[in-house]
Amino acid sequence: MQAVLRTLPLLLGLHAGVLLAKGMGEDEARHLLNRTGFSPDYRAIQQYALLSREEGVDRLLSSVQTRPETEPPAEIVQYTPPSAIKSLSEDAKRDFRRTLRQQGAQLQDWWLGEMLTTRSPLTERLTLLWHNHFTSSLDKVKEPVLIYKQNLLLRQHALGNFGTLLHAVTRDPAMLVYLDNARSKKEQPNENYAREVMELFALGEGHYTEQDIREGARALTGLTLNPDTGEAIFAPKRHDSGEKTLFGQRGRYDPDTFIDRILQQPATAEYVTRRLWREFVSPSPDEREVQRLAQQFRQDQLEMKPLLRRMLLSPAFWDPKNRGTLVKSPVELVVGTLRQFQPHLSGSQALVRAAGGMGQELFNPPNVKGWPGGNDWINTATLQARRQFLDQVFRGRDLPMPAPQMADAPMSKGEMSKGERQTQVLTRALSRIDINGQQWLRQFPDSPTGRQQVQLTLLPLPASGMKDNTEPMNEDWLLQLVLSPAYQLK
Amino acid sequence: MQRRHFLQALSASALLSTLPGTAWARDGKDYRKPLILIELKGGNDGLNTVVPYADPLYARLRPKLALPRDQILQLNGQLGLHPKLQPLMPFWQQQQLAILHNVGYPQPNQSHFRSIEIWDTASDSQSYLPDGWLTRQFSSERVPASYAADAAILGSQTLGPLLGRSRTVVLGSRKLEGGMMEDGMAGQQVSALEHLLKVETDIGTAARGLHYGKVDTEFPKTGFGSDLKRVAQLIAGNSQVAAFRLTLGSFDTHTNQLATQDRLLGELADGLAALSQALQTMGKWNDTLILTYAEFGRRVAENESGGTDHGMANAHFALGGRVKGGFHGEGPRLHDLDNGNLRYQIDFRSVYASVIDRWWNSDSSRVLGQRYSPVAFI
Repeated sequence: MQAVLRTLPLLLGLHAGVLLAKGMGEDEARHLLNRTGFSPDYRAIQQYALLSREEGVDRLLSSVQTRPETEPPAEIVQYTPPSAIKSLSEDAKRDFRRTLRQQGAQLQDWWLGEMLTTRSPLTERLTLLWHNHFTSSLDKVKEPVLIYKQNLLLRQHALGNFGTLLHAVTRDPAMLVYLDNARSKKEQPNENYAREVMELFALGEGHYTEQDIREGARALTGLTLNPDTGEAIFAPKRHDSGEKTLFGQRGRYDPDTFIDRILQQPATAEYVTRRLWREFVSPSPDEREVQRLAQQFRQDQLEMKPLLRRMLLSPAFWDPKNRGTLVKSPVELVVGTLRQFQPHLSGSQALVRAAGGMGQELFNPPNVKGWPGGNDWINTATLQARRQFLDQVFRGRDLPMPAPQMADAPMSKGEMSKGERQTQVLTRALSRIDINGQQWLRQFPDSPTGRQQVQLTLLPLPASGMKDNTEPMNEDWLLQLVLSPAYQLK
Repeated sequence: MQRRHFLQALSASALLSTLPGTAWARDGKDYRKPLILIELKGGNDGLNTVVPYADPLYARLRPKLALPRDQILQLNGQLGLHPKLQPLMPFWQQQQLAILHNVGYPQPNQSHFRSIEIWDTASDSQSYLPDGWLTRQFSSERVPASYAADAAILGSQTLGPLLGRSRTVVLGSRKLEGGMMEDGMAGQQVSALEHLLKVETDIGTAARGLHYGKVDTEFPKTGFGSDLKRVAQLIAGNSQVAAFRLTLGSFDTHTNQLATQDRLLGELADGLAALSQALQTMGKWNDTLILTYAEFGRRVAENESGGTDHGMANAHFALGGRVKGGFHGEGPRLHDLDNGNLRYQIDFRSVYASVIDRWWNSDSSRVLGQRYSPVAFI
């Protein structure tokens, strides 16, 4: 009996395959595009529905670009050496810091704009994934140009070789600042990068010892930043060239050979596989599948494109049980909503701030572990922020806000805190976006079939608590759909 | 203890507590005395907080970081406080500030993320528990349903000791930037949809029960100061919440520690002094317990970047009208280090046991899986 149950889904799958010739159908097309991009529109779903799973996945993977489509504002890409700032007056220094903050905000706008307009959403999803994996923050690094260059680097290797990526990240100027290796010298090495590269970037906890951290930190000494150019350099005088013991083996490790040793550990391939699984498949990786995929990943010398291809074509990815199990990140919610309903929009501080209010401010993750994602995206504060955002961009017609106001202390008379002023400015900016739901609905027939198509486009699961299927297909109905819990999921 | 045994012990006690008429089926009245937990995120350097200034090893191991002796606020002939903690001195003199020395746990883990998870779940170094220690307390002895929430979180998006299925509200909106931590082991056990529906319910309950009262005390104009003010306002409004968790940071001072710690300890002390004043005005100071905690302390010796790397045991504070002030435990032993780190003397679970057993008159062994002797600061 058990054997029958196990083969049943397989048989059903074959059956459906025969019926639909070779096309994956609209449901699977939406799943594929939703998981690898930002809320696909109905036309894209229809196009992919005609392709087989394999053709769809291959088309997506071949679309991944290594450079952004839009250019950032010119002032972002200029580097100012600290020596040029030292001689400034206090006032001029303050101005300079303000300029840096403005550039940081422009940089956030730029990336959000790229996500809103790109022809390859998967490129942005992967870049966001690596930004969250190899985190750095504007808060600590301060120089937007370094963060910008890190973004270019993550993008360039987004679906390339993981080893190349890890080596490049180790020498990345923003990372050298963010995890303090720029300050590390042989006399007393700084352990920050050595620890995090093993714990968070490659191996995961339990696959190294405190001794490996201390010795790894010694191996990394000398890797620093040239303050005049803002580029990474290796300074042999600062490097500890003595023998070290890493993972039980002695050697005169330097930054490159240290990273190579990490890459050789089987744990690295498994760690990266789990990371991609949680991004694209489900919150809880299937360990047997992880082992299988990781082994092939190692045979492929840590090339990520074949890994992602296998993962997206694995039965687990298509398993209906895994639909709607992942929470959209704030950036996915914001970008996805606007790409779906309001094409041709570029970046704006209001949108960057909106995602920030839901817990994800671009280029400012909370700490080196990045945003944890999953169910942790949703708490009482962020869920309200999400629903307020959706309500505001759909409002136009003065629909009431259902969520109660509980988080804010009452305003004292005549005074408003900075936070409250910011919220008010944001509210105004967002309500100006004013999505025209009525017009959007016109691409679907006003019929039960049309209603189904709308739900299939927007939701990975049936909307709970919806009234019967005879309601008019108008903006009220649409707002109910986007405010349903299922809209928060992918 | 193995995880399995631990969980068995827990579920057995959870079962008992649901039987009517058992001794511990209380009405939760003791939760009217709130606990305020303050996470010094990133691992505050306890040695420059409670300073062993008379030990010559202190200055020797920290040629750049050792605080000048004449600036240290002397508590006795051996130990003193960081100068920015001046606002806490009146509490010390009134015996309302307890200093807990060398708090930690066996086989310490020096990863921020794993170590704070150990603190939050009150687990052993080698075991993994899905729920925060307060979540377990609140499910073994329930907070009355009439309460607005089990706990409120300010200044952070992470649930920390409230991980799991507690009725916790996260009060956002102070700053627009958010940020979440922890990989939410507990969050993985329920489906995303279930989680969403539960949070919706929590919003509704809290919206009915949270009230902000009027507070005249001036609080520091910092993020942490405004979080403390909101706590004071909620208490003034008689909002029923059993615990508050606030976060101050980041204390992860690998470089340039002096300036960063100065600023943060100043924020801490100024904020706590204001909170105390506000609560005294309301007559609630005797019914409030404030505790600091962090994932670890920092290495004894400074590094070359004017900072300190991840260490082990750490000094912590308990503050409140009924706290038994003074030192608890023996001060830092700089001549007896474990790989350059302070050894722990007080298990952090003993601190939790003090809160559960003596502050809430509950039973900590059901939450902690075994009996830890309370520290006598309550």
